[in-house]
Amino acid sequence: MKNPFFSSLAEFARGRDERRFSIEEVTRYFLSRTEALNPSLNVCLSINQNAVNRARQIDARLVRNKAISPFTGYPVMIKDNLEMEGYPTTCASRILSGYLSRRTATAVARLLSLGVVVLGKTNLDEFAMGSSTENSAFGPTRNPWNPARVPGGSSGGSAAAVAAGLAPLSLGSDTGGSIRQPAAFCGVLGVKPTYGRISRSGLVAFSSSLDQIGPFAGSGADALEALVAMSGKDPLDMTTVDRDPAEMRSGYQSTEVMGARIGIPEALFGEGLDGSIRERLKDLRDALSGEGAREVSVTLPHSRFGINVYYLVATSEASSNLSRFDGVRYGFRVKNPADLRAMYEETRDQGFGDEVKRRILLGTFALSAGYQEAFYRKARKVQALIRRDFLEAFERCDMILTPTSPTPPFAFGEKTGDPLSMYLSDVYTITANLAGLPALSVPVGIDSHGLPIGAHLIGPPWSEGRLLKMADRIAGLYPMPLPELHAGHADGFSEGGRR
Amino acid sequence: MSGRSDTHLREWEVVVGLEVHTQLLTKSKLFCRCENRFGAPPNTLVCPVCMGHPGTLPVLNGEAVRLGLRAGLAAGCRVSPVSVFERKHYFYPDLPKGYQISQYATPLLTGGGLRIRTEAGERTIRIHRMHLEEDAGKNLHAGIPDRSHVDLNRAGVPLLEIVSEPDIRSPDEAVDYLKRLRQLLRATKVSDGNMEEGSFRCDINLSIRRPGSTTFGTRVEIKNVNSFRFVHKAMLHEIERQIDAVESGEKILQETRLFDPVSGRTKPMRSKEEALDYRYFPEPDLPSLVIDPAMVEEERSALPELPEEKVARFCAEIGITRADAEILVAEEGLSRYFEEGLSLLRSPSSDGDAFRKARERWTSFVLSEVLREVNRQGEGVLEGETSVGHTVALLGKVLSGSLSFSQAKEVYGRAVEENKNPLALVEELGMVQLSGDDELGLLVESVLAENPAEVASYRGGKDRLFGFFVGAVMKKSRGKANPEKVNEILRDKLKG
Ligand SMILES: [Zn+2]
Repeated sequence: MKNPFFSSLAEFARGRDERRFSIEEVTRYFLSRTEALNPSLNVCLSINQNAVNRARQIDARLVRNKAISPFTGYPVMIKDNLEMEGYPTTCASRILSGYLSRRTATAVARLLSLGVVVLGKTNLDEFAMGSSTENSAFGPTRNPWNPARVPGGSSGGSAAAVAAGLAPLSLGSDTGGSIRQPAAFCGVLGVKPTYGRISRSGLVAFSSSLDQIGPFAGSGADALEALVAMSGKDPLDMTTVDRDPAEMRSGYQSTEVMGARIGIPEALFGEGLDGSIRERLKDLRDALSGEGAREVSVTLPHSRFGINVYYLVATSEASSNLSRFDGVRYGFRVKNPADLRAMYEETRDQGFGDEVKRRILLGTFALSAGYQEAFYRKARKVQALIRRDFLEAFERCDMILTPTSPTPPFAFGEKTGDPLSMYLSDVYTITANLAGLPALSVPVGIDSHGLPIGAHLIGPPWSEGRLLKMADRIAGLYPMPLPELHAGHADGFSEGGRR
Repeated sequence: MSGRSDTHLREWEVVVGLEVHTQLLTKSKLFCRCENRFGAPPNTLVCPVCMGHPGTLPVLNGEAVRLGLRAGLAAGCRVSPVSVFERKHYFYPDLPKGYQISQYATPLLTGGGLRIRTEAGERTIRIHRMHLEEDAGKNLHAGIPDRSHVDLNRAGVPLLEIVSEPDIRSPDEAVDYLKRLRQLLRATKVSDGNMEEGSFRCDINLSIRRPGSTTFGTRVEIKNVNSFRFVHKAMLHEIERQIDAVESGEKILQETRLFDPVSGRTKPMRSKEEALDYRYFPEPDLPSLVIDPAMVEEERSALPELPEEKVARFCAEIGITRADAEILVAEEGLSRYFEEGLSLLRSPSSDGDAFRKARERWTSFVLSEVLREVNRQGEGVLEGETSVGHTVALLGKVLSGSLSFSQAKEVYGRAVEENKNPLALVEELGMVQLSGDDELGLLVESVLAENPAEVASYRGGKDRLFGFFVGAVMKKSRGKANPEKVNEILRDKLKG
């Protein structure tokens, strides 16, 4: 996370404006660090060959003109399910091999218009389906804190990038915890905004009604600026909501620990939660109370159905969203299929990995005639109840605190054979997606094995600013050490990058 | 109906519902800003959205909603304050996303109906629903050995699907319903209704039952029948096939059949067991479609005169028969031409009687001469040299007495044929009407002289022979005589 130039966005902007460093210098630093560490971490699926050029152009402009934004020249990495015109978007899937994007995702375009330099595109579970980044067709990403552990997923690459100091800011997408869980595993801050806050245009859809783009950053203040920059109504996405992004700044400024009402769903701190995580969160609760926060006991009775509901709604939508990958117009297609049916079947069989196929099958089943009422439609009804539980709880508290993950980062292969235990990784995060609520994971130190622990905050709709301020206060209580990183190949692992 | 007597047919009742897909006259497609236009080179009207690229999202075209509303209001449908887009899934190369965005459980419009008129009388065919959906592309197989190509220009073009209740009872009724529906869509500028270009397509749901029965027979769907003639033919064949089957003790299978225009027969496409499971579910990329009541009122008050209303007005104002009025209204172009002519003839100075007479002449001219040329040459004859202005000027010569009606008809026919201004043609041919008393007197006298026996009979009381003399004089003048003058002089001379 540390770099020789700056430790926050504001410091970057100051240093840049005072000419303490050039954008090219900064860009080259992060690129060479990535070059050194990527073979062992496998964070990036592609490096932007044009980054240095862009940095030079920005430097040239800065000679005459003042920077238009703190982000001018700021290095960023983006998850490889976000599109940039002219660049590959793989979604870590073989089925998109050779595909070049025709447009730029709105969230990325908004950052680019402020002058960020995109350094590269990061690894993920194929089509964002997974909780460990093990489902990538291009090999797993390693956790910077321990290369034998997963970085979480699906935005494992983006989380690891910030944790390993390959970029001070990265973008991920979160459908059931895909930003927050890897943020917890990699010891960084990760935010999933309110559904409708940030345009999904240019995000390759997994589950359209649950997906949101969000940032990984070193602090709540930095994440706040990234959110403000990316948010707002987008004519390309009818599900975006017309709200002033600046409300998040006011929320940030007006929030303090003193007097904050923290909702505690006690049931979520009991069985199934790793002991060291429970202890750390207890410590956090005490610390917050010590600073004047008030604990409010809340119940979320329908949250126990969260996983079930999620795996019906998300897979149903995924089975539909992934229908377009048929080999007809772009991406991978088998050679010389016998007929049309064979082309579809073989292309999709060879193009998709196991987890993606599993979810397509599940979703197709949940939507089929005769089963839709019992599965998809019932799930939607329970989803509405889950949201209602939260909104009722927020009448009595300002935000809800839970663990981010039931376990510390697990070892490679530990859960790949048991999809259900993998799905349970998202048990605390999934309900925020189902209810469309903003949520974040903030690091609260490391455990006795040197692995990061995350605390999870969920807020009422549009309360990102408040959550981020609280996150910064919490982070202040638990200063994070730096992960020890070694350049070169990790033992026992083949070379990363694209195969 | 071939090989089957009407009496036999009367033992069965035919029950038909029609599903029409009509392309909307929007500038752009339903969910992207690509141009909505027929006939462009393949894959030139496409973008990442309508090609189903990853990361793209649909953005609803408000113009399509407006046109859908307009069609619904014209047919008396109820507007759903909230309707929902859903995804309909199947794999086919012309369907880029692997699903079609359509409306299913809650369509934009429900109810309403259309008055039809056939020999069997006048009835309302109720409309079940109308909803918005996107069109698919087109697979191209022709001329490419071992390969299929796909043209996505049509993918995402807005369609209004119009589903009737099973109220139709015969092929004639079906065709009349379709013609009236198309008329309505054209009059409201919702669709061009062009069947050759596929902007008005029809699926037929047909079953038979014993008259008086309250349950329905097994329904067979006939897909994509793309002309009125084929609809008629396909239904006749299918009715016969179903009657034959039932009468020989077979069961009708619930299935989808395709009409083959070459053989005139329907053939099985897929059975109920093979029916696709479309796995409809609400489109998560589009919020529910909430209709602003102000927009509904705006569209309602902006509705043009509907064909039905126009027919009634023509009957009442012009005093023509319902059948003639229907003919005039049936073709949008002819109807407009007719009305423009009327307003040209309604010159402020002319008195009521003169205008009534002019209107009568114009109506008859349009219904006979112009209609014939339109049927023969197409609507092009309504413009250019034989435009309404030129034709009215020609008729003006008749009204002022300088040309006979039959001369005008002849000139009009030639003007169309030679693509010339009718008035210029009148001059070129040196056509004038004989109106002088002396000239006509001579003609009349020669006719009377040639037919002494008839003259005697007439004077003996056979009044009916008057017409014979008029005809003979007109013939002798080669149509140039002014008929009113001829009447006058004949009457005078025959008095003896
Ligand atoms: Zn398009």
